[in-house]
Amino acid sequence: MSTATAGWLQAGLLVVALAVAYRPLGDYLAYIFTTNKHWRVEWGIYRLIGVNPDADQKWSTYLRGVLAFSAVSVLFLYGFQRLQEYLPLSLGFPAVPADQAFNTAASFATNTNWQSYSGETTMGHLVQMAGLAVQNFGSAAVGIVVVIALIRGFIRSRTEQVGNFWVDLTRACLRLLLPISVIFALVLIAGGVVDNVAAAHPVTTLAGGHQVIPGGPVASQEAIKELGTNGGGFYNANSAHPFENPNPVTNLIEIFLLLVIAVSLTRAFGKMVGDKRQGYAVLAVMAVIWVASVAGISYFESGQHSAAAAAAGGAMEGKEVRFGIPASTLFTASTTLTSTGAVNNAHDSLSPLGGGITILNMMLGEIAPGGTGSGLYGILILAIVTVFVAGLMVGRTPEYLNKKIRPREMKLASLYILTTPALVLIGTGVAIALKGEQAAILNPGPHGLSEILYAFTSTANNNGSAFAGLSVNTVWYNGALGVVMLLGRFLPIVWVLALAGSLAAQRMVPASAGTLPTHRPLFISMLLGVVILVVALTYFPAQALGPLAEGLH
Amino acid sequence: MSTITAQRPRRSGTTPAAARHRVAGGLLDPQQLLRSTPDALRKLDPRVQLRNPVMFVVQVGAVLTTIEAVATPTVFAWVITVWLWLTVVFANLAEAVAEGRGKAQAATLRRTKRETTARRLPQWRPGARVTEETVSEETVPAVALRVGDHVLVEAGGVIPGDGDVVEGIASVDESAITGESAPVIRESGGDRCAVTGGTTVLSDRIVVQITSQPGQTFIDRMIALVEGASRQKTPNEIALNILLAGLTIIFLLAVVTLQPMAIYSHARQSLVVLVALLVALIPTTIGALLSAIGIAGMDRLVQRNVLAMSGRAVEAAGDVNTLLLDKTGTITLGNRQATEFLPAQGVSLEQLADAAQLASLADETPEGRSIVVLAKRDLGLRARQEGELVGASFVAFTAQTRMSGVDLPGGHQVRKGAASAVREWIRAGGGEPAAELTSTVEAVSAAGGTPLVVAERVNGTARALGVIQLKDVVKEGIRERFAELRAMGIRTVMITGDNQLTAAAIAAEAGVDDFLAEATPEDKMALISREQTGGRLVAMTGDGTNDAPALAQADVGVAMNTGTSAAKEAGNMVDLDSNPTKLIEIVEIGKQLLITRGALTTFSIANDVAKYFAIIPAMFASVYPGLDQLNVMRLHSPTSAITSAIIFNALIIVTLIPLALRGVRYTPSSASALLRRNLWIYGLGGLVLPFIGIKLIDLLVQFIPGLR
Repeated sequence: MSTATAGWLQAGLLVVALAVAYRPLGDYLAYIFTTNKHWRVEWGIYRLIGVNPDADQKWSTYLRGVLAFSAVSVLFLYGFQRLQEYLPLSLGFPAVPADQAFNTAASFATNTNWQSYSGETTMGHLVQMAGLAVQNFGSAAVGIVVVIALIRGFIRSRTEQVGNFWVDLTRACLRLLLPISVIFALVLIAGGVVDNVAAAHPVTTLAGGHQVIPGGPVASQEAIKELGTNGGGFYNANSAHPFENPNPVTNLIEIFLLLVIAVSLTRAFGKMVGDKRQGYAVLAVMAVIWVASVAGISYFESGQHSAAAAAAGGAMEGKEVRFGIPASTLFTASTTLTSTGAVNNAHDSLSPLGGGITILNMMLGEIAPGGTGSGLYGILILAIVTVFVAGLMVGRTPEYLNKKIRPREMKLASLYILTTPALVLIGTGVAIALKGEQAAILNPGPHGLSEILYAFTSTANNNGSAFAGLSVNTVWYNGALGVVMLLGRFLPIVWVLALAGSLAAQRMVPASAGTLPTHRPLFISMLLGVVILVVALTYFPAQALGPLAEGLH
Repeated sequence: MSTITAQRPRRSGTTPAAARHRVAGGLLDPQQLLRSTPDALRKLDPRVQLRNPVMFVVQVGAVLTTIEAVATPTVFAWVITVWLWLTVVFANLAEAVAEGRGKAQAATLRRTKRETTARRLPQWRPGARVTEETVSEETVPAVALRVGDHVLVEAGGVIPGDGDVVEGIASVDESAITGESAPVIRESGGDRCAVTGGTTVLSDRIVVQITSQPGQTFIDRMIALVEGASRQKTPNEIALNILLAGLTIIFLLAVVTLQPMAIYSHARQSLVVLVALLVALIPTTIGALLSAIGIAGMDRLVQRNVLAMSGRAVEAAGDVNTLLLDKTGTITLGNRQATEFLPAQGVSLEQLADAAQLASLADETPEGRSIVVLAKRDLGLRARQEGELVGASFVAFTAQTRMSGVDLPGGHQVRKGAASAVREWIRAGGGEPAAELTSTVEAVSAAGGTPLVVAERVNGTARALGVIQLKDVVKEGIRERFAELRAMGIRTVMITGDNQLTAAAIAAEAGVDDFLAEATPEDKMALISREQTGGRLVAMTGDGTNDAPALAQADVGVAMNTGTSAAKEAGNMVDLDSNPTKLIEIVEIGKQLLITRGALTTFSIANDVAKYFAIIPAMFASVYPGLDQLNVMRLHSPTSAITSAIIFNALIIVTLIPLALRGVRYTPSSASALLRRNLWIYGLGGLVLPFIGIKLIDLLVQFIPGLR
């Protein structure tokens, strides 16, 4: 089978699998967040934390729930790492340094999973299992519940209530993330992913050398790593490591997992707002960007510009031979478009323009399809901006899903689209202006700029993948990137929940022939235009000095 | 009455004053640009500029490059500096031109507001006859008048302030306000009692009760409106400003953080280049034209003789979901004509016609007169004069009784009126209307006519004599108009006092979506509330005092200038022409205003692509030659490329001023069709046009010496 055929086959299989899961999972998602019935175990949890599950909250109360939960998560995770040496299953690793522990705690609580550490040489099994993996569930659930609150803002009318955070969070974990993770952890074990609590295994290789092979509870963490668009690998090599991702089949399963919730959420959205076409329209925008990105990266990676590339049939540097170009690019495009940030190849070694696309993918704001929940709320904010401009062009006060886009909504949407670029640009600008931080760059010239740009783009957008080639385990980078991750996660959530409250308080406006339809191809292409003109172009100067300067000859 | 007709001047068509009011749809006179330049320069005051965040950034940038150009003078720095200042001036010019047109109008109005004196009647109370003996009179300046004062105005006098006629009837020349030279009748009581300060009484004498404080009169408000002094930003304008400010901040960050990246890349940029990049990227086109678009929108209404009390109302007009239209005068020509007498069983045609004529003698409505005319034409019945009927007392039509008629001596009463009202009257008189009468009434109604039932009461027993069929003529082209409205997503509801059947027939003929028959003011009010509860915006017109609550409740309430002050006070717009059909035009102007903003925003944002392709390679191609591939326009040199982008950016503002003032073309159609059209023109146009424009400017600019 030729490489191209393999590529088509894998992409085709992936799309089919997503299509099959789309309806049942989307409908199930909508059901989870609309049903009045509580499970018995959920009752137990509500009683334990002292929550009345049938009392809805105002957006500000909901937000306080999100922030309190996340703050506790950060503190807990920080303490866990700092006290590692006194805990069981530490494998003898010492406490994680303060700056790195802060960075890691912020990283996992924000669904970023940026790793300035190397998993197998820093974290013991207990921290991995009870600390990091727990956050993989919690942070993914937070993203989902925030978008659910936003959807409720659209469908509710003249109310202050947007739902109950604790109920939504519990259900997202118990009814969605846990069951799917358990099933796929078993599937991955069947596929060859390791799972044990053994210590490192010293072996003598055939050549007579000594090697230490670290095991661990990998598969159980791998499933939620992808499913929750987290991306923090058990091993430093992440999904390029044969114990995390042994073969093309597990590779495809992992790509499927990291896409499936974000994709199916569009169905849940359409179902909840009572017009499935609205969900399809958003999905169409995501799909176009995803396909373009996969095609773009594939094109640049299979280019044979150098002798080595020509011999290998593409830019194989930094890629696993067991995956080859197609499985690597499929993974790369999906992971950078979903805020997952798991990698199965070294992004630093991508061709300049291929690497530029991965940065661009993240710059779009993780919307195609984006992180669990965060992808959907990101694209809905852009839809609001699009509706505003398009709505004016049809001569009415703009409306989206029967809600008017008034100054307050516009203010929150503008703050949202302003936040991430501000973090990326200021972060990159400051880092590159500081002589000491410049020194962390391993490659001079435009590639070095790309490395810093990648780091800040990845953290501000809560992606978490790394271009590498940048020594980020310094106090400055650990601190700066940690702060960027926290702001990049929670400021947008503040705007989104405020928007949910503002929309919920509005009265429904009935649709008429004068209302702009937001499910037609015309609107879909305009939304794409806004994504490119309003979001992507902001970064054009930075891209020009990094990937474009390197890639254009 | 006769005196008024005698003194009424010939209708001389449009007077010069009227012509001033009716300048065509807002075309730009190049002279205006020149005339408004001083105003534009005055607006460079940073305090004024601060209101517009986008242009304020440009102005700060211009100040910075000026300092830079003075410190290290180069041709490039000076050219950029000059064009940046021009960008700011052009933006101010757009606003100044828009305001300038209002100012001219305000000047005309002020002339009518010259110092007038008033003849105040301090002791006069309603009901008293005005004679020099009974009432003392004092002459005071018009500005000294307070609400509740009574003033006397005689033929030739100028009415000193807004008020209601409380005594007398007069013909009034209102051309100062409406531009219409034909005088109008103003009389005490009823819905024609409001007079406006600054208008002139042509005949007779009236007593006016002042209803507005000096300085807050209709003319004062009108002056403030057309001058834009009371202009407040509308919700959509605020929302758009927020978006533009957000984009400006993003681009500001992009440019500021570019410098450290450029230094790292060994391509440090000069301040002039960075400012040029920033100005090119921020949405200056829409930022510069935004306020001019708003002012011009109001102005377009003024040119159609509609005064909007707030910009918010104009915007709301674009959002309207439901139009409440009075049938008479809006949907139909309004003069229903009697076309046929349909006698009841056992009544001769002559009997019916005679009774109908009797009952209509005192009925001065067009309908009433048409009955007399029909009786004469069909049956040769001579119209009796009022004096002929000794001892007869006429019963005038009222909205409550919905009947008119005459009581003759000897207990003989004749009534004609709405079927249900007359039927009640018959029953009250001990009679029982025949079933056959009902079927005749329904037949007339079903055919779109208005049935008037004629009945008499002789010696205490009442009986129906028959039915008069009135036909209402639906205006030509109104059906197509409603179809357009439907395509725009606007529902039309016809309001009529007619009964269900008549209303249904006319509604079907005119093609309205719904109707409200036998409507009382309370019904109207209930309808509006119902629509609004469903989230719909309602627009309506009205003139009577009993319309006032509904006008106030409606999202867009257009009061007729002929209406009462209560109505005018309650509505948020006044139509000086008192033409209820204009409501449709108002909706279109509201939509056009929003579309213009949206289209130019799209255009402005789409422009950025070409500017990036001009400026980015110019900045960095020297260190990274590969980036010259992005110079798709093959611009002459880095300096000429940046200069061309900035010149294009400035010139596009001036080029689009006429469009901002006129508004983009609007054809009523569905939202999808509108979006498609505007996206093609302003989206694609905004993408492509700057590539061509910048290239053309570059072809010229490269010859500037010193600009390599």
